[in-house]
Amino acid sequence: MAILNVNPTRMELSNLKKRYKTATRGHKLLKDKRDEMMRQFVAFVKENKKLRENVEKELTKAMKEFLMARAGLSQESLESAVLMPGRQVSLKVSKQNVMSVDVPVFDLQISEGNIYPYGLLETTAELDESVLMLSNAFTNMMALAQKEKACNMLADEIEKTRRRVNALEYVMIPDLEDTIKFIKMKLDENDRASRTRLMKVKDMMAQRQ
Amino acid sequence: MYKIAVIGDRDSVLGFKALGVSTHFAYDAERANTLIKRMAREKFAVIFITEELAEMCIETIDRYKARTIPAIIPIPSNQGSTGIGMKLLNANVEKAVGINILHNDDEGGS
Repeated sequence: MAILNVNPTRMELSNLKKRYKTATRGHKLLKDKRDEMMRQFVAFVKENKKLRENVEKELTKAMKEFLMARAGLSQESLESAVLMPGRQVSLKVSKQNVMSVDVPVFDLQISEGNIYPYGLLETTAELDESVLMLSNAFTNMMALAQKEKACNMLADEIEKTRRRVNALEYVMIPDLEDTIKFIKMKLDENDRASRTRLMKVKDMMAQRQ
Repeated sequence: MYKIAVIGDRDSVLGFKALGVSTHFAYDAERANTLIKRMAREKFAVIFITEELAEMCIETIDRYKARTIPAIIPIPSNQGSTGIGMKLLNANVEKAVGINILHNDDEGGS
């Protein structure tokens, strides 16, 4: 393992020991964070999958219906029918903190009004049906958007956290351990060297007298 | 107040117009890319995009993945689902977990 490029002094040793303590503590915390995120993510993603399946089914049906409606109408009358929506949708977005990730929460606000923005005279019943289906699917779509965004962001954060955990576990901590060991040995070696030198000097002085 | 948008080909998107959602037509990657970028700046919180287009401008979508807003969600167009939405979801799982844990109940379920 690689040894950090430091001077083998007592000062460095105590610094490194401090860093080692911080690293192990950080590693433990990040690991806990990762595990909890993973647990939540799995729950989220399962819901997400279910929602997506539902939405895809509903939308495909609604789209087919709309296609039928379009076939029964001329391009112009269809366009003019949907040109002025009968109600306005807007979103209120708040943030929810899930494991230190700011996940958006969408609050759909639909203004009062008829969902059929057109006259009954120049359009067909299929159009009514398809618009109704789309509007029903839309609530689910918003739920899906919220869940999917949360999953995206969590996945991103989990990846980051996992990298940090691995970097600490397989690089930082072993490096620090090795360096601490290296400095300890070096200091001990210096200690022994000076001790033998002293003994030698003492011997020489004893012989001279 | 934030807004919702739908991007896609004319036939898939027109129906959403009746719901009061802002709709935009796009047929190629270039137009879709510029639309997404413009909307990201202009207070659009949710952008639904047809799967055909989503497949074409996947890089742009990836760029906004880690941001809180906008959420870019692929939806099936009137040609039906191409499965790209599911594929992205599975990619997400793989990214987070390392392996695809949903794969098994996928096979068991269908």
